[in-house]
Amino acid sequence: MSDGIATIFAMGTPSLAVASTGGEDFLRILLLQDFNTRVVVAGAMLLGAVGGVVGTFLLLRRRALMGDVMGHAMLPGVAAAFLAVQALGLERSLPVLLLGGGIAATLAGLAVIGLRRVSQLDDDATMAIVLSGFFGLGVVLLSVVQSSGGGGQAGLEDFVFGKTASMVTSDVVVIAIGGLLVLSVAVLFFKEFRLLCFDDAFAASLGRPVMGLDLLLLSMTVVTALVGLQAVGLILVVALLVIPAAAARFLTDDLRWTVAFSSLIGAVGCWLGVTLSAAAPGLPAGAMIVLATAGLFVVALFTGPKRGLLPRWWLGRSLRRAVGRDHLLRSMLECREVTGNGEITAAELMMNRSWSRGGLSGLLRVARRAGEMIQIDRDRWRLTDRGEIEAAAMVRNHRLWEHYLLEYAHLAPSHVDRAADRIEHVLDPVLVRRLETELGALVDAGPPASPHPLADETPPGDDVVAGGNES
Amino acid sequence: MPVHHRHRNPPIGPEHDPQAALSIHDVTVAYHRRPVLWDLDLDIPRGVLAAVVGPNGAGKSTMIKACLDLVPRVSGSIRLLGDELAAVQGRIGYVPQRETVDWDFPVSALDVVCMGLYRKIGWFRSVRRRHRNAAMEALDRVGLADFAGRQISRLSGGQQQRVFLARALVQEADLYFMDEPFASVDAATEEAILEVLRSLRDAGRTVIVVHHDLQTTRDYFDWLVLLNTRLVAAGSIEETWTPENLRATYGGRLTLLEAAGWAMGTAGSGQRRS
Amino acid sequence: MTMFVSDWQWGYDGWIVVITALVAMTCAIPGSFLLVRRQSMLGDAVSHAVLPGIAIGFLVSGTRDGGWMLAGAIVAGLATAMLTQVLRRVGGVDRGAALGVVFTTLFALGLVLIVQAGDSVDLDPSCVLYGQVELAPLDVVVVRGIEVPRAVPWLLGVLAVTFLSVQVLWKELLVASFDPATAAAQGGRPNLMQQVLMVLVAAGCVVAFEAVGSILVVSLLVAPAAAARLVTNRLRPMMFIAMSIGVVAAVGGHLSALTVPGWLALETTDVSTSGSTAVFATLLVILAVLASPQQGLLFGTFRRLALRFRIAEEDLLGVLYRREVESRGLGQPTGVHLSELGGGGPGLAFRGMMRLAAIRLRWAGYVTPFRLIPHPDQIKLTEAGRVRATVLIRRHRLWELYLAGAAAIPLDHLHATAMDLEHLAQPDLLASLEAEAAKSVHDPQGREIPRG
Repeated sequence: MSDGIATIFAMGTPSLAVASTGGEDFLRILLLQDFNTRVVVAGAMLLGAVGGVVGTFLLLRRRALMGDVMGHAMLPGVAAAFLAVQALGLERSLPVLLLGGGIAATLAGLAVIGLRRVSQLDDDATMAIVLSGFFGLGVVLLSVVQSSGGGGQAGLEDFVFGKTASMVTSDVVVIAIGGLLVLSVAVLFFKEFRLLCFDDAFAASLGRPVMGLDLLLLSMTVVTALVGLQAVGLILVVALLVIPAAAARFLTDDLRWTVAFSSLIGAVGCWLGVTLSAAAPGLPAGAMIVLATAGLFVVALFTGPKRGLLPRWWLGRSLRRAVGRDHLLRSMLECREVTGNGEITAAELMMNRSWSRGGLSGLLRVARRAGEMIQIDRDRWRLTDRGEIEAAAMVRNHRLWEHYLLEYAHLAPSHVDRAADRIEHVLDPVLVRRLETELGALVDAGPPASPHPLADETPPGDDVVAGGNES
Repeated sequence: MPVHHRHRNPPIGPEHDPQAALSIHDVTVAYHRRPVLWDLDLDIPRGVLAAVVGPNGAGKSTMIKACLDLVPRVSGSIRLLGDELAAVQGRIGYVPQRETVDWDFPVSALDVVCMGLYRKIGWFRSVRRRHRNAAMEALDRVGLADFAGRQISRLSGGQQQRVFLARALVQEADLYFMDEPFASVDAATEEAILEVLRSLRDAGRTVIVVHHDLQTTRDYFDWLVLLNTRLVAAGSIEETWTPENLRATYGGRLTLLEAAGWAMGTAGSGQRRS
Repeated sequence: MTMFVSDWQWGYDGWIVVITALVAMTCAIPGSFLLVRRQSMLGDAVSHAVLPGIAIGFLVSGTRDGGWMLAGAIVAGLATAMLTQVLRRVGGVDRGAALGVVFTTLFALGLVLIVQAGDSVDLDPSCVLYGQVELAPLDVVVVRGIEVPRAVPWLLGVLAVTFLSVQVLWKELLVASFDPATAAAQGGRPNLMQQVLMVLVAAGCVVAFEAVGSILVVSLLVAPAAAARLVTNRLRPMMFIAMSIGVVAAVGGHLSALTVPGWLALETTDVSTSGSTAVFATLLVILAVLASPQQGLLFGTFRRLALRFRIAEEDLLGVLYRREVESRGLGQPTGVHLSELGGGGPGLAFRGMMRLAAIRLRWAGYVTPFRLIPHPDQIKLTEAGRVRATVLIRRHRLWELYLAGAAAIPLDHLHATAMDLEHLAQPDLLASLEAEAAKSVHDPQGREIPRG
């Protein structure tokens, strides 16, 4: 059987670029100059978009890997449909094979649900068992197909690894019908799916049929996996369901936008993959689609504005910096209140608050660049006028909070400093105004007096909680 | 053993008080055939703020879930507002435990509150401006109007709980079930929630709250249900708040009853009188 | 074997079964741990994701055996587990999605690599996927004068290493699987144990690549372990049972590959052994679901039926006993006609059950016909029946006592609940019931509790 598969697989490799790949041909593909190219690209992109939509709901329902089960489970269905068609002496047609695959995938989905109910095996185990059982049956039937001879099994093998390039207009029509069906169901039931994925107990308390909605989602997955077979094959169809959805979660915090971005990423990934596979021979389109989408995922992982790694790192860094600056300015004022001298040495600052030496000099550098402090000589620093104003506001905020905490939260005076320390950096102007009205009479233009002796503020040996390097 | 009792319990319908907000008759609830709540029998009148109190594992949440058909019961019948659940589903509000959902979910506080209206909005229709306005009002009532557009993971625990409360408020229900709404919230939130609950009660609605804090039960509520795998006592707080009742509720687990439950679970006989 | 299959050849089919069985045993060991850790789909992911590792190892060494491919696969397997972990921890991605992203990407990479290598190498993804155990016995080496398939010594080695490493690290693996937090607190390195497990899974994938193909390795990782889990509650027996089930799946898989097409009158000769092994393993899981003594559907149904039957018997005895007590001194017949039992309008099933119970009781000598003309529906207690009924009634009243006292269940519920509980016959439960109720003589409704 391996000979057969090997030759078939070798046939699966040619991409759109066919044999001669000059730069000119690539340009033709990039610019969609051939009708055939347009068909393939349109089909693939539609597919990516649909996968992105359904995948988002699956991901949020924590069923991301159901797509994997469905994809694998289609093999026996497709093979059985092939055998049936052959036995009846009919023409092989895509819709019949897809129907077989769809029935098998639905059975697999129901098998997962049923096995979980009756066996007390966990989700992972039931999915793995159903997946491997169906796929095993598929391999058996495939070997029957191959040894029984007859033409056309090449088409069967394409379902395993996908063969985007062989898509013809009628295939794209099938994809379009399936895709539009799934999309319209997603639009119609958007509200219900949102509720189902977020809080199924509440959905049930509203009288919404949770089981029915789950089955609907399951059948949408089946249809998506079916139309995905053509492009990426049944092993990788789960990628279309999982990767765009997971990527979109880094971009936005709104479900509508998550769905939109997810389908966009799916579509762009498919287009990129098809185009890349055309760029050089021996790049199978299905695999290239997955790799391209994964590339987009990595981009989203790092740069996504909502949860991306770089924005989060940057946010943490700027927050740490802002906190450090606030602490520095406040320490300058407080040191002056104690010593009565506006020129403060780094050593005095280090006494006031437990900084690390390197951290302090970094903060001082930043403050000098911002024009808030000036360096008098090697060791001594002074606030500028601007720094003076900022520091006064800082101290005022801090002490307002201290008073508030003393007054309302009944914290001990020795604790209010630290508590206020943590809160003051996250104050937005609305809160400050509320604080001022709460405290009413306490407030006048300048910073209120500290409710605790300043010398006690950070006794030597105190821990670093109040230090400048908390985040 | 579904039928063998019939010769002793003639099939007269269960006597439910039609005036009661919640009427539970003879209810036993089992997980995997193991009874966890035995022979519950109680009425809660309309217009009260009722606490369901008991130790961990006493079946408090189970009772609420059984009322909403979220867990199957093996025997007995339940009437809500004098009728079957299906007939009054639109008049029932529910606040699940906060931990049951994924707070990273990509929705805003306003979106969550709107979910309370989904039944009213109906299938195939989308959320419109007037729905959002109603949701905003509810958010305002719990003091979160400023946070409407915020993604829910960026709310504090207390604020998340208040979002859930607002979602229940927008349901405009006559009977509310709330599962531990006071669990691990800050003092301000506790105050705000209590105020909302009282205003609901004053407007003639019934609120049934699973509560874990004995300290505050007496002050907050005017009706009390004491549970410990079976009903210990139920009634107005003055009548039921007695040392004997509390001792019976918290005085240790009924190990024998629990063991019997386990035995029924393994023997597979828990489905009695279904 | 030849009794099942006419053209069985020990030198060929025997080796196929041996090879598949060795793979199955090798996979069952890490598979058991994956199952109890609820990480079965990680096995699926790793089995896909080793493809690029195998491909690179193959491209580097140019041969299909040897350490390169093993090394490549192990690296790829570890990479899957670690990347998934990173995506979950750092990116906050859902576990299933993280797995999905990582393994599809690696698998796609592997496909591209293999296709890129093109015609120059003899490796195609299909044989990695489906395996070709049918060819394995043809590739032989001579060990001590005996021709054995090249795969066998290689498989034996991997099996031995897998088995020994699990034996050596048993405690650590157990703790890390059951309670990672405690393991970490005690310096048990649960993450290291996870990686050890991944190495074992990846090794299993490579050896499976020879026999069943890397996709179907999921089957041998999960199905035998799941079936074993349904049969036993403890990890060590579970592992050995899983290994045995794997062997059964290997034998059954190959046998059915040879025989089933014949039954179906198909004219094919070479049905995939790897596929049918996976199907057979799944069937074994279904069998375990149906027939496992603890959780099986069949046993459970049988137990419930038996219990219902016993309950019917005991209820009948109880009714007869109560009838006797009620009519004591009235000089009336103290038997009962079965038709009297159906006050609530019993269904056919109920009446049938009662009649069966009555026949059983008569046959065991607990009841006897009480009319001069014996009629099976008209019965009364014998002496033996009275003794057994006394025990039952006593149990019933003890439960009522307990329920009314400690559990404070309202009086009007006592009887019904006690009616359910009196059929529980677990000795330790009864002992504690006796202890609870030792002091009282009368039940809450004021009736006497018969002495047992």
